[in-house]
Amino acid sequence: MTMIFGIPLQAFMGQLLIGLINGSFYALLSLGLAVIFGLLRVINFAHGAQYMLGAFAALLLAMYGGVSYWVALLLAPVIVGLTAAVVEKTMLSRLYKLDHLYGLLFTFGLALVIEGTFRYFFGASGKPYPAPSALSGASNLGFMVLPNYRGWVVVASLAVCIATWALIERTKLGAYLRAATENPSLVQAFGINVPLLLTLTYALGAGLAAFAGVLAAPIYQVSPLMGSNIIIVVFAVVVVGGMGSIMGAIVTGYLLGIAEGLTKVFYPEASNIVIFVIMAIVLILRPAGLFGKDV
Amino acid sequence: MTASLLQVTDLQAWYGESHVLHGVNLTVAQGEMICILGRNGMGKTTTLRTIMGLLRKRSGQITFDGQDMMRAPLHRVAHAGLGFVPEERGIFATLSVEENLTLPPIVAPGGMSIDEIYDLFPNLAERRKSPGTKLSGGEQQMLAMARILRTGAKCILLDEPTEGLAPVIIQRIGEVLVQLKSRGMTVVLVEQNFRFASKVADRFYLMDHGRMIADFPVSDLTANMELLNKELGI
Repeated sequence: MTMIFGIPLQAFMGQLLIGLINGSFYALLSLGLAVIFGLLRVINFAHGAQYMLGAFAALLLAMYGGVSYWVALLLAPVIVGLTAAVVEKTMLSRLYKLDHLYGLLFTFGLALVIEGTFRYFFGASGKPYPAPSALSGASNLGFMVLPNYRGWVVVASLAVCIATWALIERTKLGAYLRAATENPSLVQAFGINVPLLLTLTYALGAGLAAFAGVLAAPIYQVSPLMGSNIIIVVFAVVVVGGMGSIMGAIVTGYLLGIAEGLTKVFYPEASNIVIFVIMAIVLILRPAGLFGKDV
Repeated sequence: MTASLLQVTDLQAWYGESHVLHGVNLTVAQGEMICILGRNGMGKTTTLRTIMGLLRKRSGQITFDGQDMMRAPLHRVAHAGLGFVPEERGIFATLSVEENLTLPPIVAPGGMSIDEIYDLFPNLAERRKSPGTKLSGGEQQMLAMARILRTGAKCILLDEPTEGLAPVIIQRIGEVLVQLKSRGMTVVLVEQNFRFASKVADRFYLMDHGRMIADFPVSDLTANMELLNKELGI
């Protein structure tokens, strides 16, 4: 049997893959958080709830509308994005004038309300959501067997992360977004509707979380608490990557997912805390994060 | 005199509790270049920021091109045809020179094309892919002005364009202003550099403690030198 660092290759690759899949969710979720924080200066504690809403949207659409996974993958982010837009317009936007802490408290409260409501109606246990039949089964890569759905998760998350990065770094809308992140009132004085830009950004961030939620549904099951389980790790990812850094959020998401996976191979006892250990080290050595600019 | 393009009447403004503009009156005709003079802290920059709507705690009247600007939300002001070049220039670090240049939306036909702008400012063409803030101070000032010229704005509010720049760059900015004037652009200039202003402006306002205390055309400049000396300490 092929060995790598004294570990069977199969076990090594298996954990690397699990790490990459977890990293795919970390990257998508921390990307959304970074986009929202960059422009709105709000730490969106409702992000985990929006991820959960994405998964539930897919589940409910399938249960009551017979909507397929592929349609849900597009529809759920739109539904959650629109809901987020309404929340931003009617509630969150009233808090921008106040201390940033109010935005954090509001989104935290919102997350509790959403999660509590779903727990009331659906209980705390997970509901299965089947993977689409086109992606059932597994492929033998020679050195390991890869479940097709997990391969798809990695590809889809990478594609959406790159597309979001390109939207922000390479398009006119992205230029508005970057400029408004630096100096919102001047951008508005140039005739750009910055309040609308803020609404769109919040909707985009929430939509990304919902997309991650639909991707996660067949792997982790759909439960009201799925968001609060993952969101703490995602906040650590954002801190390591650097608040507001788009590329930083993406790269750090994958790297920390892989770091977590590999720790399971070499020292399983530490796998649950390795991300927080890395966060502590980064905070000591580079308080602004790996990709953040010093303030 | 032609009809006024910008009319400001009894404009008052506050920074929090601090009352900074105490009834500013200002009239600018179509195609005119006026210059607001005054020492530091007398309210010149505040006047521009209040006209632009950046300072919202205000009262009085602002009419631009027949429209009531007091009611306009901040992002509608530019669309009425007012362009703003802030004192700190406001070049965006995360945007390239070209992205900075094309950031403000076109608000009316008749603005300069990108090619015309690059002819006027060849330095910007050479460095179009660089991050905006990698430019020199003079180039950043050119970019801040060029960015508004593209939009078709009828009137530019220009805050201390020569501040901190070398004499040769100041001369270049003067040439650009003269060109703009020949194209019929209306300019409201705030300047500390009196020598520079006296070469380009048609008319002067003298500002002191949040109000205008004098208003005279460039032809009366010598007659007002004593007042200017006293107020500006030049």
